[in-house]
Amino acid sequence: MSSSKSPTEDDVLAQAAKWQDQGRQVALATVVATWGSSPRPVGSQLVVDQRNNMLGSVSGGCIEGAVVHEARQVMESGQPRVLEFGVSDEQAWEVGLACGGTVKVFVERLE
Amino acid sequence: MKRELLDRLLEARSAKRPLALITDLATGRQALFCDNKLSGDLGLGDDRVGSLRQAIAADRSGVLDGDDGLFVQVVNPPLRMVVVGAVHIAQTLAPMATLAGYEVTVVDPRRAWATAERFPGVTLTTEWPDDALAGLGLDRRCAVVTLTHDPKLDDPALAVALGSEAFYIGALGSKRTHGRRLERLRSRGFTKAELACIHGPIGLALGARSPAEIAISILAQVTQVLHQAPAPRSAEAAG
Repeated sequence: MSSSKSPTEDDVLAQAAKWQDQGRQVALATVVATWGSSPRPVGSQLVVDQRNNMLGSVSGGCIEGAVVHEARQVMESGQPRVLEFGVSDEQAWEVGLACGGTVKVFVERLE
Repeated sequence: MKRELLDRLLEARSAKRPLALITDLATGRQALFCDNKLSGDLGLGDDRVGSLRQAIAADRSGVLDGDDGLFVQVVNPPLRMVVVGAVHIAQTLAPMATLAGYEVTVVDPRRAWATAERFPGVTLTTEWPDDALAGLGLDRRCAVVTLTHDPKLDDPALAVALGSEAFYIGALGSKRTHGRRLERLRSRGFTKAELACIHGPIGLALGARSPAEIAISILAQVTQVLHQAPAPRSAEAAG
């Protein structure tokens, strides 16, 4: 459950539109659920284009790489996906999700 | 997401209308809820409208009615903070509140104080506080902070704020100053219960001393009230 957006978060959707206007492929990732501690609340968004330019975040920087990778496939297929990232506290350090929480991220293509 | 829906969302957002985007996570179909109307390629029953309104009012994104497959993204107009008194504390509070996502307006009819040089990039008005606040149309996304210590300026602002939906009202001043302020407002006809809505002395008890530290204690309290977090014991009364 999240609450208000910071100004930078608002820019994510505007940026998605702008990039598409420039002829780029665009995918949007949104945090739809979290369990335990997680750095970004539900509703947080990330926009990415086919050249891996991105704006916004869905974590503290730990799962963005994986999300961008999946987003590339969503851009190609047009099939939205729900990704789940959960790591134990022991693994957390390696993956970079230092908080040990679980996040569910919805990835969709901007049509 | 369909571009047409995104454009409609961006347009409603820039018109500062509260809205919700509902996504079927399995299919990616989406509906936009705005101005009491649903649009988009996701069909939703009218029975969902109540839950959508609640989500918007609570400013909470999440699953809809416990249905794991439906996600609601709430997009509310920006939070606003009205600061009465273009004083030293306001100079640090304004940029801090801006970073925290508030659109800040500083009100002070004393033109020597309310200058763009002292408040770069901040909306300033030199109207009398009650006129200024009435003109801003305070709603439940607004916080009102009075910092002048001057009854001529603070009291009229507080009177307008008390009659509004502002989620937070706070007034700078010692316990004694605040006590006298409450007496004056009582003689204006405000009840004890109404006056209890004013956070005074303003801010969380952080032991703040410098203007920047006092600004932190104010912004911390505004944040606490916004999220309706329980107040820590003896949280009131800082400065």
